[in-house]
Amino acid sequence: MTTLTRKLLTGNAAAAWGARLAGVEYLPVFPITPQTEIIETLGRWTEAGEMDAKMVLLESEHSMLTAAGAAAATGVRTFTATSSQGLLYGMEMLYTVAGWRAPFVLVNVSRGLATPITLEADHNDILAARDSGFLQLHCATCQEVVDGVLLAYRLAEDEGVRLPVIVNFDGFLLSFTREPVQLPDADAAARFLPTYDAGALAFRSGHPVSEAVAVLGGTSYSYFRYEMQRAAETALDAFDTAAAAFENDFRRRYDAVECYRMDDAQTAFLMIGSYSTKAKAAVDALRLTGTPVGLVRPRLLRPFPEAALRKALAGVRGVAVIDQNLSMGKGGILHTEVASALYGTDNPPALVSFIGGLGGRDISEGEFLEMAAIAAKAGETGDVPPPRMLYSQSELRQMRKFQAIAAVEGAERLKEEAEEVAS
Amino acid sequence: MFRIRFHGRGGQGMKTASRILGTAFFLEGFEVQDAPRYGAERRGAPIFAYVRADKAPIYERGVIDRPGLVIVADDTLMGVSAAGVMDGVDAKTVLLVIGGEDPEIWRDRLKTEARILTLKSFVDEETSERPYVGAVCAGAAARLVGVVSKARLEEALTQELEEHGKTVISKNLGRAREAYDTVADDEGIIIDVPNMPPAEPSPPDWVDLPLDPADVASPSIYATATSVQVRTGLWRTMRPVLEPDLCKKCVWVCGSLCPDGVISADADGYPEIDYDHCKGCMICVVQCPPHALTAVPEGQAQGEIEAAEGAPP
Repeated sequence: MTTLTRKLLTGNAAAAWGARLAGVEYLPVFPITPQTEIIETLGRWTEAGEMDAKMVLLESEHSMLTAAGAAAATGVRTFTATSSQGLLYGMEMLYTVAGWRAPFVLVNVSRGLATPITLEADHNDILAARDSGFLQLHCATCQEVVDGVLLAYRLAEDEGVRLPVIVNFDGFLLSFTREPVQLPDADAAARFLPTYDAGALAFRSGHPVSEAVAVLGGTSYSYFRYEMQRAAETALDAFDTAAAAFENDFRRRYDAVECYRMDDAQTAFLMIGSYSTKAKAAVDALRLTGTPVGLVRPRLLRPFPEAALRKALAGVRGVAVIDQNLSMGKGGILHTEVASALYGTDNPPALVSFIGGLGGRDISEGEFLEMAAIAAKAGETGDVPPPRMLYSQSELRQMRKFQAIAAVEGAERLKEEAEEVAS
Repeated sequence: MFRIRFHGRGGQGMKTASRILGTAFFLEGFEVQDAPRYGAERRGAPIFAYVRADKAPIYERGVIDRPGLVIVADDTLMGVSAAGVMDGVDAKTVLLVIGGEDPEIWRDRLKTEARILTLKSFVDEETSERPYVGAVCAGAAARLVGVVSKARLEEALTQELEEHGKTVISKNLGRAREAYDTVADDEGIIIDVPNMPPAEPSPPDWVDLPLDPADVASPSIYATATSVQVRTGLWRTMRPVLEPDLCKKCVWVCGSLCPDGVISADADGYPEIDYDHCKGCMICVVQCPPHALTAVPEGQAQGEIEAAEGAPP
């Protein structure tokens, strides 16, 4: 019988608990807002001897990811965390260590990217890592963060997969927000994640291995890249198996695609991340008025659970795909991915693309209700409106005020410079 | 659902207030979400924190746009529009201001239909200081929502301040209890609002963004040295102070090692520290070869300066 301990934890604390309960032994770290609280928490635990792990502060995310990959290649269970600019700074090594086929878990706390620099959440950082070979799990609650880290190790260490996994959650909205979290019992977690049998992953100074190898000619190169694709495809079943084991052990179910009130839904919200719970609130509100609306949320973004998505959207007429990211010159990344997953299916739903929540911009209840209405209409008529970037008249008015000030400042400066030249 | 927002300045304990109230709700059997909201600023900057509590799972996220209760720890924030104290405040909101003015004055100034309560007794008349104002805010909020017992409030406060030790807990407990008792007449004034769609949902006033010229649509600042105007010295908790008798005038040491470049040589060759921008990292104190720089707690240093200059009336 596992003891049930429910306590208020931030997303960051939940991530740290995930690493602790996973029995992580090595922690290469580098601080960055809004992730730092994770490594501070782990630092306190290792310092106090509450967690038997070695923490090393590296000089950058690039080195941090290299150290994580190298440690994973020795078969040691490794955890690290970053965010935003840090993830981008380590991007070269993200692609590199994924090819080593050594499993570890990286937590990314999503934060919008420069320029302009900002602190609050959107998903352009994590989606920049989409094609790196890391698998991606996306969380919507603090509970999912701690559970997601445990699931991620099980997935990464699966014999057929052996790829690193990123567990992603939103800065501020989860990182600094406390919610009730049921912490998995430590013994049960240890049973779910027994000591990693690393097999051939046994890099030692006495048994050196070269990892950053070069190959010339496309034949060898293609083979290794195709094998990563095969491993990532295998991860779909491996995730289902891991999630089933998790449900058996902890009584919490994590499907690769979460469906909320989708049974008879004609219209659906489709999105990832923590704002998806706001979509649930909107679904509940609309259901009170008898509107058949639901939410579809991919937890797994890599591998992309296409079959599960097709199943979830079968019979749905209109879908509001809400992207908290923007690929300039194309649009919402999730929209593109979902459209490709539905290509060639019979009677696919109308997909209406919305961009919102960039840099943590709120998506209001009124906006959710409106998006549902637009998607429902597109489903009925088959006329799909162009993508909508969520922005209000009042927001634009505020920007125009700032710009008016900037224009005056700029004009004054030009005048001063002209006067200096004249004198 | 209960939706409560605390407004104050960095250092006044708004995050702690939200956590005390959040934990108190949680101990009473509620689902809870609590969070602080701040940017890169630290002490003195306007910040807010919020609590949602409900018997059902909470799906709302982020800022509270329909607050049932707004508590303002520092009434000087009422005039700071960027602080957003009045965001979403309407006739259904209760606004509790810790400050010396009467409710009628705020009602008149703010032109609001919100119900306004004020707590005068928690502001020191002489110094205008608000000791343990975070605990005051949490204590008052706990009573106003009407579903948190005093015992649970005390248990929550003790949990949240555990690492600060018995003295701090006991002083905060005193203030929280006092606030809890003071607002007794208004117990339960904040209503547990059922989760219903708004009667008249306000459709978003979306706009199609026009293409602006690139020099308008690039985030440039048309002025130089703007960062000088940001007084990062307000972040400091420890102040490096020079003992001139010990100083060997090797300013290239402290001046070069200062990561913020705020140490320069004065006319006599002594290091001069720009306290408006010194963040108090203490690298100079550690590196000074003759140990002529010492670390003094900022509060103590300011007290000594005020005493030397004659305390303000």
